[in-house]
Amino acid sequence: MLNMVDTLFVLFSAVLVMLMTPGLAFFYGGMVRRKNILSVLMQCMVTLCLISLQWMLVGYSLSFAPAKGFWGGFGWFGLNGVGFSSCNDYSSTIPNQVFMFFQMMFAVITPALIIGAFAERMKFSAYLIFALLWSTFVYDPICHWVWGAGGWLRQLGVLDFAGGIVVHTTAGIAALATTLIIGRRKGINHIPSPHNLPLVVIGTGLLWFGWFGFNGGSALAVNGVAANAFVTTNAAAAAAGLSWALLEWIRNGRPTVFGIVTGSIAGLATVTPASGFVSVGSAVIIGLLASVGCFIAIAIIKPKFGYDDSLDAFGVHGIGGMIGTLLTGLFASKVINAAGADGLFLGNPKQFLIQLFAVAVVALYTFSVTFLIYKLVDVFFGIRVKEKDEIVGLDLTQHRESAYTILE
Amino acid sequence: MKLIIAIIQPHRLEKVKEELYKAEVNLITVNEVLGHGRQMGVTEYYRGVKETGNLLRKTRLEIAVNDNYLEATIKAIIKGAKSGETGDGKIFVMDLQDCIRIRTEERGKAAIG
Repeated sequence: MLNMVDTLFVLFSAVLVMLMTPGLAFFYGGMVRRKNILSVLMQCMVTLCLISLQWMLVGYSLSFAPAKGFWGGFGWFGLNGVGFSSCNDYSSTIPNQVFMFFQMMFAVITPALIIGAFAERMKFSAYLIFALLWSTFVYDPICHWVWGAGGWLRQLGVLDFAGGIVVHTTAGIAALATTLIIGRRKGINHIPSPHNLPLVVIGTGLLWFGWFGFNGGSALAVNGVAANAFVTTNAAAAAAGLSWALLEWIRNGRPTVFGIVTGSIAGLATVTPASGFVSVGSAVIIGLLASVGCFIAIAIIKPKFGYDDSLDAFGVHGIGGMIGTLLTGLFASKVINAAGADGLFLGNPKQFLIQLFAVAVVALYTFSVTFLIYKLVDVFFGIRVKEKDEIVGLDLTQHRESAYTILE
Repeated sequence: MKLIIAIIQPHRLEKVKEELYKAEVNLITVNEVLGHGRQMGVTEYYRGVKETGNLLRKTRLEIAVNDNYLEATIKAIIKGAKSGETGDGKIFVMDLQDCIRIRTEERGKAAIG
């Protein structure tokens, strides 16, 4: 029985999530050197266009058409049969088409998150092909395993409320794989080198705003779980942002704007899989652990290994997504969500092991297939721009535009 | 006393700074300028409309030195900025009449270093 309030809620949530991709564009765009900001905005915007179309043609079917196996198959190819009636495997109160539309925005932002790893040095044409292949062969199958009807990790009982595995672990691990293969940026003297921090703050605002649709909307109904997800999302972001700033204050002597926004995003990414399963108190703890974990990854581990994850797509989303998925296995509670499960702290250690197993399998699959796709695109099209183009900047060499002028 | 003005490629600035420090020239002023020399400007497109001959971003250095530092400074700039391609830039050298350090009101040679 369709419920119009639920339907309206999910439609509203979907447009909130849509706004996250342009938000991410500014979040990332402000972090690069100014000769490359347009290239980052362009990669994000083209992902919104490209994956929207991929999703309607084949992505939704591969991810969500009910089937057992590697992916959902082609039953809903070209949205065949995806209409105003509900698909009860996902929700009996909203139309299948609305669910498709909501999930489309998740499929869009996930490949866009990876951009942070190879920003400032990937050829635009190569990115298009990479994004298309990655969505089809990494995102869509994993989405089916975890969320699709008949998906094997879903049947195993893994808990991923809004995409700690499906979105953040996959994007983060793909970021690690691509940053390791593509190598460091040329001519960069200090990492990070953001050219416009106010833009990063605008991006953070849009992401935080959109994240309520991302997590809250994942309840797919106006109910207690949705309300809880709104509050836990905000709680984790707040705890992580504040604690990151405090960590910097203690370690480096000053709290920074870049730090507080990075912490907030880490908190949001980390609470994503847990938001509909844990209490508000647990969400605050998850936020604190998010900022400590991601801070260690970015400020201590990354410099030691020397890989150039330009905008910390792995350090924030990968680490955050994985920590969050594991913490869900500790803090989950059936009191919060009867459709979920109890975690280790409520006497169910098995849930933690399931979470651990799911993260490991997804990380392994994502890393290897991303590696293959990268190599394939590199052989046929060449992934990295020429050194001279990289020095002049991607805005001019890839798009023949520049973002800023000195003179009118 | 001489005033050196150098126009270089922006991405060469770090390299030039490094070389200058090695030559013990630590006092420089840097700004960003637009310029057009032998190297042609770039073509940009805005909503399909072509714009040619745009000026290119360059970096301009100003360094005031005492005469005995002149050659070392020029060498350092060349070492840091030269790639052998068009667009590497130019160095201008001119006589400097006087130099005053505002804080101490010192003048001339003593005020430069």
